[in-house]
Amino acid sequence: MAHRIEIGLKEGIRDALGEKVKRRIERDLGLSIGSVKTISVYTLDLELSKEELETIASDPFLDPIIQEYRIDEPLARDFDWLIEVSFKPGVTDNVGKTAREAIEWRLERRLREEEKVYTSTQYLLKGNLRREDVERICTGLLGNPLIQRFEVWSREQWKGKIDPKIPKVTMEGGGSVVEIDLEIDDQALLQLSQRRLLALDLREMKAIQRYLRDPRVLRERNRVGLGKKITDVELEAIAQTWSEHCKHKIFNARIEYWDEEGRLLVIDSLFKTYVRRATEEVRHALGEKDWCVSVFDDNAGVIQFNDQYNLVFKVETHNTPCALDPYGGALTGIVGVNRDPFGTGKGAKLIFNVDTFCFASPFYDKPIPPPLFHPKRVYEGVREGVEHGGNKSGIPTVNGGVVFDDRYLGKPLVYCGTGGIMPREILGEPSHLKKASPGDFIVMTGGRIGKDGIHGATFSSEELREDSPATAVQIGDPITQKKMTDFLLLARDRGLYQSITDNGAGGLSSSVGEMARETGCELHLDRAPLKYAGLDPWEILLSEAQERMTLAVSPEKLDSFLELAKKMDVEATVLGKFTDTKKFHVLYQGKTVAYLDMEFFHYGLPKMELRARWKQPVHPEPDFEEPEDLTQTLFSMLSRLNIASKESMIRQYDHEVQGGVVVKPMTGRFNDGPSDAAVIRPILSSFEGVVVSNGICPRYSDIDTYHMVACAIDEAIRNNVAVGGDPDRIAGLDNFCWPDPVQSEKTPDGEFKLAQLVRANQALYEYCKGFGIPLISGKDSMKNDAIVGGVKISIPPTVLISALGKIEDVRKAVTMDAKRPGDLVYILGETFEELGGSEYFASKGFIGNRVPRVDLKRAKQLYRCVFQAIQEGLIHSCHDCSDGGLGVALAETAFAGGLGMEIDLRKVPQRGITRDDFLLFSESQSRFIVTISPDRKKTFEDLFRNTVFGEIGKVIRQEIFQVTGLKGEKIIEANIYDLKEAWQRPLRF
Amino acid sequence: MKEVRSMVLTGYGINCEVEMAHACRLAGSDVVEIVHINELIYGDKKLDDYHFLNLPGGFLDGDDLGAAKAGANRIRYAKILKDTERLYDQFLRFIRAGKLILGVCNGFQLMVKLGLIPNLEGGDGKQEVTLTFNDSGRFEDRWVYLKVNPEAPSIFTKGLRGVYLPVRHGEGKFIPKDEETLKEIKRRNLIVLQYSDESYERPVMDYPLNPNGSIEAVAGLCDATGRLMGLMPHPEAYLHRTNHPRWTREELPEEGMGVAFFRNAVQYIRQNLL
Repeated sequence: MAHRIEIGLKEGIRDALGEKVKRRIERDLGLSIGSVKTISVYTLDLELSKEELETIASDPFLDPIIQEYRIDEPLARDFDWLIEVSFKPGVTDNVGKTAREAIEWRLERRLREEEKVYTSTQYLLKGNLRREDVERICTGLLGNPLIQRFEVWSREQWKGKIDPKIPKVTMEGGGSVVEIDLEIDDQALLQLSQRRLLALDLREMKAIQRYLRDPRVLRERNRVGLGKKITDVELEAIAQTWSEHCKHKIFNARIEYWDEEGRLLVIDSLFKTYVRRATEEVRHALGEKDWCVSVFDDNAGVIQFNDQYNLVFKVETHNTPCALDPYGGALTGIVGVNRDPFGTGKGAKLIFNVDTFCFASPFYDKPIPPPLFHPKRVYEGVREGVEHGGNKSGIPTVNGGVVFDDRYLGKPLVYCGTGGIMPREILGEPSHLKKASPGDFIVMTGGRIGKDGIHGATFSSEELREDSPATAVQIGDPITQKKMTDFLLLARDRGLYQSITDNGAGGLSSSVGEMARETGCELHLDRAPLKYAGLDPWEILLSEAQERMTLAVSPEKLDSFLELAKKMDVEATVLGKFTDTKKFHVLYQGKTVAYLDMEFFHYGLPKMELRARWKQPVHPEPDFEEPEDLTQTLFSMLSRLNIASKESMIRQYDHEVQGGVVVKPMTGRFNDGPSDAAVIRPILSSFEGVVVSNGICPRYSDIDTYHMVACAIDEAIRNNVAVGGDPDRIAGLDNFCWPDPVQSEKTPDGEFKLAQLVRANQALYEYCKGFGIPLISGKDSMKNDAIVGGVKISIPPTVLISALGKIEDVRKAVTMDAKRPGDLVYILGETFEELGGSEYFASKGFIGNRVPRVDLKRAKQLYRCVFQAIQEGLIHSCHDCSDGGLGVALAETAFAGGLGMEIDLRKVPQRGITRDDFLLFSESQSRFIVTISPDRKKTFEDLFRNTVFGEIGKVIRQEIFQVTGLKGEKIIEANIYDLKEAWQRPLRF
Repeated sequence: MKEVRSMVLTGYGINCEVEMAHACRLAGSDVVEIVHINELIYGDKKLDDYHFLNLPGGFLDGDDLGAAKAGANRIRYAKILKDTERLYDQFLRFIRAGKLILGVCNGFQLMVKLGLIPNLEGGDGKQEVTLTFNDSGRFEDRWVYLKVNPEAPSIFTKGLRGVYLPVRHGEGKFIPKDEETLKEIKRRNLIVLQYSDESYERPVMDYPLNPNGSIEAVAGLCDATGRLMGLMPHPEAYLHRTNHPRWTREELPEEGMGVAFFRNAVQYIRQNLL
């Protein structure tokens, strides 16, 4: 019989979580409400005696100091509305799982497999609310109808009893395989692709059809019991492997690109032509001093840190899952990307996370059509997902950013990245190499398989629709993953496995398919541990259930491997063997359900052929008067969402666990100034440091994606150099998020969007090569559109550049806050009238045309000088100029230091600017604000003599920020704390 | 045992074990081992072979039943496989032998929920106080000023007047069972650390100096022997001046303020347990 245990707070104990919900109901939903209280509910589907029930309710489930419990009777009383939010069947319930384990420990007996615990939460609302308000609170704040169910009682309806409901997955059947005849006409092939969510086009469907017609193939299939029809297992596996998400079809396409003059350029793969070539040429130029170790081959890029250690870094996006369920999407985003460096080489220890988000304004006030969430909800959900994923994994979140633009309403972008460190050699072997050999066992470790995330890979290759499948939503479980990574690092150091990779998009199909690419495999799906019965073989193969790694374990190590797994309480299951057949051979209960040539499986995908046509967009030239009160303008610039402080978000991330974070995300006199980059010391007995930064500026895409990318690269390097990173030791990662660039009926401007992509790649090549930044890893997400109510919302083309740098001695690192009264303020770099795509123009409702351009040669020279100056200890503070330009950077430097400043704009080196507002807010690249001690003036200026710089003022004790304009008049005068308040207020959630 | 032997517990979501072990090493512990909870349960390691048990921060079992609650349940009821005793019996024997336990953050929550501190009744393992959700309802990472109670028996804070350390928690609000309990805790001077103003003099209730709304601004507690102590802030997060959030602008000693807790422990062991 099922039971309910309810746990609530005793009378008089403050319900902090209830209060938080109340605040958000008021603030985010605009409803007024009296109070909110919460009750935790455990629904136990297990056989227990009365004493046993009493025991577990009063012990592991209860905090006796502040809580009370009830068994099979409700605690709820004194409410106007009662809401219970529970999970739908099959959704990961981490608390339920922990509760079940706790019962086993407490009662000292193992529960049967089918005995489960489910959790739900009650909210007791008081206040004058209508039923539709309460329903809005349910779906708009408390839960997500895709994965949760809501029960609502008004005071009048309340009968004083709730019967336990078991959200058990009860599926009939399972285990069946369907054979599909592909000898059908083109129309039918396409319909098949659409019906099964394969996301394959006609050419791809026909390539499969052709493969099956091959007499050799048929002969071999007959031998294992298959015929000329394809099985659903095979079709799904191919669709997954050939998805845009996995094969990057657009980046590998043959593209005919016409520039504005009508000249044709044929590009055979953007990836090979621009991304990989840039890295190859940088590495070639480095020659013997090349510090790249493994690039583009593995789950993450690997570079050398020092003689003993390598660094590993990967950034991913998780946009579609976050659109469907912001919390679950972001949580799986971060724990998912953790597995990339963890599955690189023999596996790396994870040392930092980074997160950059692109959202619509949290204050968006127009109607939001389903299935979209309000951007504030997305903001809070994603923030919380990253908080739980990062904090619970014990990885510091050290760097990132948030970009606001209402075009991210349809698809928010959620970039999650993770860095790791590994010894260069493990047991005498290079740690970045791995290989599964015939005879090795296929072993899966970690979580179990359910229907979670099925079709994630193909699904993210399509636009978001109203009927997008709920199975694409998953909830991550950071603790299961932590247990697994604790175990695997130990297994790694004992040499217990040969190869490792993660189960991400495509699940086993992808992980085993990849590992066995050069050999072959024999995979038994019926041996895989399942969360519940009723899955078909193709679902087991494709499931993207989280927290799983696949390993190759040699026969002589298998026992030790499994024994250690058991000891560390990690599930590990042998699923088959690697073979030398060069076949992707999958069986279910001894019967072959898939038999594909690895060659075809991985390389049979026909190349896409696309066209791109570039036309320079022309926007109206801005036409507005210079504001009379620039003090006011500065205040409003500081309050722009893209400039305002993100402290409330940052504080909720653990940014210093592991004990090595030296430059934290917030810095300065009151620990609240915005750092340009993070510096961490991964080995606590050494002072060598890793410098992590990023660059992102999608607004410039409205003018030219070429300069957008150039500026993003410059910004990432600039931020890195600003804290002391060595500009000659920076590795880059490129993450592209694009609207669909393939011309079609639903994308009539595909050729232009593809041209934008080509230009972005051209800049990536030019600037990475020019700066000497090898790209070590990257990813693209190409369908960031949403069709909602017949209207298409596309994101602006967005590229995140992440930079992984090095500092020999972290004690030389510099932060952005002004340090001492009397210090001299310099601007390094030259300012041009480059306000196209700027925050300032955006604030006036313009885009403009003069987008910032990066002067490679001058930038590089300046960065080397800054690096040297920091090495020599000449610089007290250094802050990069980016969104909001010089005006914003100066104000931030001042208030972060708790000091005033006197600045004279006439001393700013610039070309052709006659307006103070333009000079203050131009976003010209490659500029810094630095402060130095007056007694180092000569040494400093000598060092920078071949660069453009200007001494523009000084730091003062008085807490006033004042600026003299081009005409010699005081144009800005403001208290620094008022400026700071303007900067902090907007996003102080 | 002729050498100071420290154990740092790990597993099931603990995540500050590396820096905690580093702190023990900096403090001069001769042997420092990071030991998985299951190594204890399997009987591969025994608490008896160490002097100093470190319970680091993290999220034991995800804090899913409340901070460290499921973790405490595991330690209390798990049986050692090669033996008949419970893991909890080892803990009690370790304590009776006069050895030291320091719990930080999740480790503090664990000690409280195991009834190890404040332990007013003397060893019955009953929970007397709790650490629960911050008044803000959110996890926060921020540095706090801590006033040290010179009268407290804690051996870990000997010689300290005030310390500056980060808190990184969502459930750090101290609540005693009742007025009586609080009175007794105060009477015996078991409040070791309180959130304070910047001069380390005045305990504060105001956010953010008091980051969680702790009653009496309690940030750390010990038992009557002073050999068992727990605190929400992280001493192992401030081992070197570059851990300090303002090290680029302030003159600071090379060594971080957190090392003292561990050095005091090691010194106590050398003087009393070897």
